[in-house]
Amino acid sequence: MEIRKNNGPLKWILIVISFLFLTIFLLLPLIYILSTAFRQGIGAYLVSISDEYTIKAAMLTIKATLWAVAVNTILGISAAWCLTKFAFRGKKILSTFIDLPVTVSPIIAGLIYVLTFGRQSDLYPILDDMGIQIIFAVPGIVLATIFVTFPFISRELIPVLTAQGTDEEEAAALMGAGTFTIFRKVTFPHIKWALLYGIVLCTARAMGEFGAVSVLSGHLRGKTNTLPLYIELLYQGYDFTGAFAASSILVLMAIIILILRLVLEKKGKKELDIKK
Amino acid sequence: MKKKVISSILTAVLAVSLAGCGKDENVSVVKAENSEATTSGEVIELTNVSYDPTRELYAAYNTLFEAHYEDTFGQKISVTQSHGGSGKQALEVANGLEADVVTLALEGDVQVVANAGLIEEGFTSEFPLDSSPYTSTIVFLVRSGNPKSIYDWDDLIREDVGVITPNPKTSGGAMWNYLAAWYFFEQQGQSEEEILASIKKLYGNVVVLDSGARGSTTSFVENKQGDVLLAWENEAFLSLKEYPGEYEIVVPSVSILCQPTVAVVDEVAKKHNTADAAAEYLNYLYSDEAQEIEAQNFYRPSNKDVYAKYVFSADSNTITEIPEDGKWINDNITLTDINHFGGWTDARAKHFADGAYFDQIYEQ
Amino acid sequence: MKRKSIIPGFGISFGLTITILSLVVLIPLCSLVVYAAKLSPSEFLYTVTRPRVLSGYYVSISTAFVASIVNAVMGLILAWVLVRYEFPGKRFLDGIIELPFALPTAVAGISLTHMTTTNGWIGKIFYDAFGIRIAYTRLGITIALIFIGIPFVVRSVQPVLEKIDIQCEEAAFMLGADRKTCFRKVIFPEILPALISGFTLAFARCIGEYGSVVFIAGNTPYETEIAPLLIMAQLQEFDYSAATSIALVMLLIAFVILSINALLQSSVAKRVNGKS
Repeated sequence: MEIRKNNGPLKWILIVISFLFLTIFLLLPLIYILSTAFRQGIGAYLVSISDEYTIKAAMLTIKATLWAVAVNTILGISAAWCLTKFAFRGKKILSTFIDLPVTVSPIIAGLIYVLTFGRQSDLYPILDDMGIQIIFAVPGIVLATIFVTFPFISRELIPVLTAQGTDEEEAAALMGAGTFTIFRKVTFPHIKWALLYGIVLCTARAMGEFGAVSVLSGHLRGKTNTLPLYIELLYQGYDFTGAFAASSILVLMAIIILILRLVLEKKGKKELDIKK
Repeated sequence: MKKKVISSILTAVLAVSLAGCGKDENVSVVKAENSEATTSGEVIELTNVSYDPTRELYAAYNTLFEAHYEDTFGQKISVTQSHGGSGKQALEVANGLEADVVTLALEGDVQVVANAGLIEEGFTSEFPLDSSPYTSTIVFLVRSGNPKSIYDWDDLIREDVGVITPNPKTSGGAMWNYLAAWYFFEQQGQSEEEILASIKKLYGNVVVLDSGARGSTTSFVENKQGDVLLAWENEAFLSLKEYPGEYEIVVPSVSILCQPTVAVVDEVAKKHNTADAAAEYLNYLYSDEAQEIEAQNFYRPSNKDVYAKYVFSADSNTITEIPEDGKWINDNITLTDINHFGGWTDARAKHFADGAYFDQIYEQ
Repeated sequence: MKRKSIIPGFGISFGLTITILSLVVLIPLCSLVVYAAKLSPSEFLYTVTRPRVLSGYYVSISTAFVASIVNAVMGLILAWVLVRYEFPGKRFLDGIIELPFALPTAVAGISLTHMTTTNGWIGKIFYDAFGIRIAYTRLGITIALIFIGIPFVVRSVQPVLEKIDIQCEEAAFMLGADRKTCFRKVIFPEILPALISGFTLAFARCIGEYGSVVFIAGNTPYETEIAPLLIMAQLQEFDYSAATSIALVMLLIAFVILSINALLQSSVAKRVNGKS
């Protein structure tokens, strides 16, 4: 054990570097946001965050986030299951495609939906007849949010399932268990912490999405403005207090989620230790 | 125990997501009901897609209009606003953003919507004065005391001056800036090549080329970049109002008459059954009450009487504060207009299209 | 197509994955190809190789590369510190790593810009002391991208580092290897695949970043104009084919980066398996 301890000055040098780096790059912007939010005192802050449109925007953001988490959870579980429990041709391509959205520029993510569902698309007359509007409406925002968080959950699950192998499932299948029984009783206990972590990440990222949503939202005040878009609107309207106050809501939500993750992770580790 | 809790959370998540699959249809059903509501006479909903600097103007005007409409027609109406770069907004409407009316920075952008088949031709003659209820112009905003002594367009090409203006490729206001500068150098008797060289120098001095007019104002005012901001007159006055004592407006010797164009988006209005309300919305912009509001928001009103009320006799081209009597319009300026450049189609092709003059400026 | 497996559930998981993937990612991406295909090959080539566009790619790729290198080094240090050392505030450090995911890119961009302009909290120090401008230069873009990319490397290296078998290390130590050698010969090879994968993901993500960069970049053509902004500019001119062509090239770059990563991963995996 001694090799991992007692690293002398190196340890502290590295720790100091880490602290400095994170302070400059993560904490300072955060402090800046909060200090600007309260620049005109707590009264102005409260007025800003209880503004009708801020609340509407926050609700829309929460809605889009819930959708993205729900769809990506289903996708994540099924993708992880079929990529790790079976061998089939095209597996690598499939897994690359699932990862692709993270690396696609948010602008392009927005653009592809505009091209697919916009007025110049062949699909538009059909959708229009059915009275369905996708872009510049809530469904488009939801789609864009799903897109940018697409692989977040499957990426967390795949390594865990790979490490776990297929023996247990095979044994269960030999004993005659059905798909869902196997998943619930055998696989699920292994992946639940990874799944929760994935959900947390997905939630965090979905709340903050800006680029893709901005391309296809239409910025209708009170209707299709998500919180990040509304922040930009306030910022450009010289309402810096309002903009940073609204940002602080997102910061707060993010911090809550991150704390939640730490707590969950701790519990998960404890459970694992007991098992061992 | 814990296992149960977690699995029930996950089941709930799955259930929500499954239930959600059906929800999409609900959204469209609600939409359909909304459009019927407009005919059955509850609250008419109008959507006005506008450009960046008009936020304050339309916030005030919508309140006025909503009251006026209810008084006159006995019907409640509610207007939803959308703001952004003029070109981007036009693009979104053309792509299916359901705007009943557009109030954009220039006729060229409304033309884009018309080209998509959404607005009937001849929209510029649908409302009085080329469908421009208010106009504006381009002025300079400099820091208090004008430390770099910037008084006219030729000061902008001095080497020690940092200029802030948005990108004409993405911003309507920026095209006006560019054309105004062009007109100045033309008035100096320069040949086209010389003008291009001067414009090149000017854009060589640009410190930040933001994508929209508001972005530029923020770079100049909040982030303190550059020495001079080329701005819409209304934006410049707004900065004076928001930051008293920190900035001064310099009115150059020549500039351009910016005519923001309004239009009913016929196809959408037909679909929403809001054509009459939309036309009334735009017509009312010409009323005396509305013209006053426009003037108070530092747009030049088109009504001669209202205009005259806000003119002050200028002896200096520098404005350091908003006049207490509210008379802010400086008449001591020569304005050209877009017709001088052969209209928007020609101006775009010559200056702003791919590989046209503006692109050549940045070629190395 | 698939090798026989006794585990059930291939059909449903594969089906679900493919369905969601097609609806959200593949079909919309196809429309990108359809629009780009409206240009003839020579027009396409001309559009994507104009000097201004090439310089856009160059700015995006070079700043993303530098930022990802910084993140790879700092990510490694952070992961090491978080796994190996105990110190006050560790939990806190661990908790804020995901902040860049959760903070809207626009908010990050706005606050970073404010802090790094010549009269901002940090920018002032650098400008007064060294005459270095941060905001509105490529340095500013790089800083925004470092912010965006922090979580990628840390979160891919951290789990691997946690799992490294202590016995391996101890054995090496017993055999007389000093700490440096131990790190180079035992630990580094183990974490290399994770490091590469974190690096490539961060790199690919940064190339496409728009929301945070557009505020801090200054957007001067040939200097600080990024490729996603060019897409926006082309759209503004209603030139869909040009916009989609540039987008397609960026997509290809992302895809190539991901594929290289996949290849590296599998070759590393083979080497490891071959050894054991």
